[in-house]
Formats: sequence, C-alpha cells, structure tokens
Amino acid sequence: MAHYDLAAPLTEGAVRKLRVDDTVTLNGALFGIRDATQIHMFDRGRKTRFDLAGHAVIHTAPNVKKVQKSAAHPAGYAPLCIGTTTSDRMERFTRPLMQQCGVRLVIGKGGLREESLKAFGDLGGAYLAIIGGTAALETTWVESIEDVDLDDLNPESLWKFRVRNFGPLLVAMDSHGGSLYAKVKSAAQERRAAALRRLGVR
Amino acid sequence: MKIDLRQIEEAAKELYIRALKRLPPDVKQGFDALAKSETDAGARRTLGTMIRNIAVAEDTDNLLCQDTGIPIYNVWIGRGVEVDGVALKQAIRRGCERSTREYSFRSSIVHPTTRVNEQTSCGRGVPIINVDFSEEEEALVIEMVPKGSGSENNSWLRMAIPAEGVDAVKTFVIDCVLEAGGKTCPPTIVGVGVGGTADLCVHLAKLAATRALGTRCDDPEGARLEEELGQAVNMLGVGPQGLGGDSTAFAVHVETAATHITMNPVAVNMQCHSARRARATFRTSGLEYGY
Repeated sequence: MAHYDLAAPLTEGAVRKLRVDDTVTLNGALFGIRDATQIHMFDRGRKTRFDLAGHAVIHTAPNVKKVQKSAAHPAGYAPLCIGTTTSDRMERFTRPLMQQCGVRLVIGKGGLREESLKAFGDLGGAYLAIIGGTAALETTWVESIEDVDLDDLNPESLWKFRVRNFGPLLVAMDSHGGSLYAKVKSAAQERRAAALRRLGVR
Repeated sequence: MKIDLRQIEEAAKELYIRALKRLPPDVKQGFDALAKSETDAGARRTLGTMIRNIAVAEDTDNLLCQDTGIPIYNVWIGRGVEVDGVALKQAIRRGCERSTREYSFRSSIVHPTTRVNEQTSCGRGVPIINVDFSEEEEALVIEMVPKGSGSENNSWLRMAIPAEGVDAVKTFVIDCVLEAGGKTCPPTIVGVGVGGTADLCVHLAKLAATRALGTRCDDPEGARLEEELGQAVNMLGVGPQGLGGDSTAFAVHVETAATHITMNPVAVNMQCHSARRARATFRTSGLEYGY
C-alpha cells in the first residue's frame, strides 16, 4: 500500500503504478463531469474546448453561486458545496472518456463495473474512491472553480476545479484487473446463504 | 387554532436548508454505535471521515452532501387546526422554491423526459407533499426530507405470492442490499414495506427508510422482522461505501399494512448515511424547529 501525491496531466506509466489499496492525494486541475455532460458529449456529439488528456475527472454536479468574475472566481462561480455522485450510472462512458479524451483517472463513489475495469486495463487508467456524502469536507479541498464549459447543462456542466490536497482517495480499481468492489461483492454473495439461514429461510 | 400561511412558507424554506445542513441526533448516535462495533480497519476510517464531515458541515455552515435530493414534505394536521389545504400546499411549494433561489443551492429536479431544470427544486408533482392527520390537539407538524438519489435509485418492489410466505420478504431484502452494494452510500437505513397494494407497499418502504433511528415498527410482526433483518444485513460484509466491513446498515426499518388474500408484496427503499430530515411544529404557543 503506497501513497502518491499526484498532479495532472499524468502519463500512462504513472497511472499504471497505482494498485488497489494505494492512496492518492491530488493537486492542481480536476474536471467535474456527470450524466448529462457525458450524454451530450458521447451520444449527441457535443465537443468541449477543454483538453482532458492525462487528467482526472470526478463524478459530480456541484452547488455553486453565480458571482462577479474575479481572480478568486475566474469562471464567475463560487463553490458552495462540492461532492461526489454514484458512479455506476456513468459506467458506459468510461471507455469513451479515456479513448476519445485521454482521461486517466476517474474519481467517484460506489464503484464502476467490469467494462470500466477492462478499459482501465486496456488504456491505462484507475478509479479512485472518495467517501460519498462527505461534501462539506470535500469542499474544503477545492480552491476555486477555474473554468466551466457546456454550461447550458448547469449544474451538470463540465467544470474545471483547482484543488489542493484533494484526498486521500483510495485506489479501488486499477489497470491490473484489481477491483475492491468486485472482491467485496463476491465475498458478500458467499455470505448470502449464511444470512438467509440465520433468518430461518428454507 | 388558525395557521398563518406566511409562517408555513417561511418554515418550508427554512426546513429545507436546515435539513441539508444538520444531521438529526439519532443519526449521529447511529454513527457512534457503528464506529464502536466496526471490526474492519478500513471501514472504521471511512466511518471516521463521515463523522468528520458532519462536524465540518456544522463548523463551516455548509451542506452535508452535494445532493439536495428530491424535496419531500410530510404534513400532519392535528385536531382543532383550521387551515386551507390548497393554500397550505401552495405555501410549502413557494417556500421550497425560495430556499433554492435565496440560498443558491443546487436544484436537482428536472422534467422526466425533457430533463429541463427550472432551477427551483420544483416541477410537476414536486415537492412531494404528503398530508395526513394526527390526534394531537392544536398542532400542525411539517417534516422535510431531502431524499438523495443515490439511495432512491436503488428502490425495488416485488409482488410475491402467498405461497412464498415471509421467506420471500426476507430473501428479497437480503438480495436488494447485495444488489445495492456501495451505490446507496452505506451505511444505510434499509426501509421495507410489507403488504398493502403496490403503491402503498412502496410508500411504506419510504416511510420506514426515513423514520428516526431507534424507533420501532408498531406492528409486533414488523418489529420482529426489523430485529432479524438488521442482524442478517450486517452479516453480508458490504460495509461503508461498499468497500467492505460490518457496517452495511444502521438499521432495517419495516412498515406493514394488511394486504389481499392473493398478495404478498414487499418493497425496499433505502436512506443513505446522510439521513437528513428536519421538522417544524406549529402550536398556539408558537413555532418550534427540531428533527
């Protein structure tokens, strides 16, 4: 179990070093992305002016406040509460995110499935688990909203955050076929029979 | 007792913000209990982060979770209360809209097919307003629950048949918890509806999931199921965030209703660890906020 302090953009080699149970703290740029963002990008052909190559994305749709543009709020948005949403709904977008945009890290909660795990292996990526529902804490790791694109989808815009000491995040899926979610799921399935026995189910 | 609708509107606004920022004491106690009994080191760290987040939200006066949820208002009208029901619902809706605009938190509500977000936390049929009556003299209670989507997206109904018996209920609950894994932001309150019609069964599951921790089903049969299922669910090892551990659920809550001789319905609805709710009670002596 190693700890890594990372700042994107990252090389394939740097991401392939990550193994399940390692931890990561991120600094610098982090892109926020969600259901509608990816539906528009990958199903409806919308293009973003952001270069996501080598970057980390987080499954989010933040609470923000519209403010005057300033050095502190270059995009005209102040962060109010920034958290993480359930990743599973966005499973089918992992491969296009990596293949078409060059994304290396996906941050989310609850995990992704087999197809994403395969994409991480094929293309060199990893999934970092954050503790869902702890947005008040997560917000303290966000310095500013640097930029925003596809903002007609607000709050599901494509956000560019500047983060400091963002984490520690847990490597829960890696590029070597490791998935904590798959491991926990199969162990839980094995315990199903014992739980039903305890309940007296025949 | 006559109810002032301007006060209702203010309370509906205030309740949404309060619910988003402060976790009820029973849920905090639930966290403490799990943190004491958890045997997995990683799960203990995860619970510790969740507990820290509750303190950070209070210290920074921020929302606990980014998901502002689907707004649900449960209203109980006591005896001797005089109120225009239609105007009451309108006032609650106005308060809900105002909280979103004035605090500038995220409107999470869209039209189901166009996906257009009016940025007001409102839309067709939302906020959900459930009106019921209570025995209490001269009291009107409004409970606000921002129901998060991570847990709501994991909701199930099974129209089991009588020949499957109560075993069908038990098996279904276990399988739903396994299917949900980490998607519901565990530890959860697993709400189970047993009996009724299809719609009542799902509604009972929601009432169960959003009930305060430490409360019991007032049907002894339901209370027994709560006890048994609570232990069994925490044998599965799903753990906080689905990353393994003992603390899969704070509790299993059950609500029951009579059903048809041919039916055996069971529904599951879960509440995430950010089990938010806030309450306002109007009495002749004034308005009081709580959980």
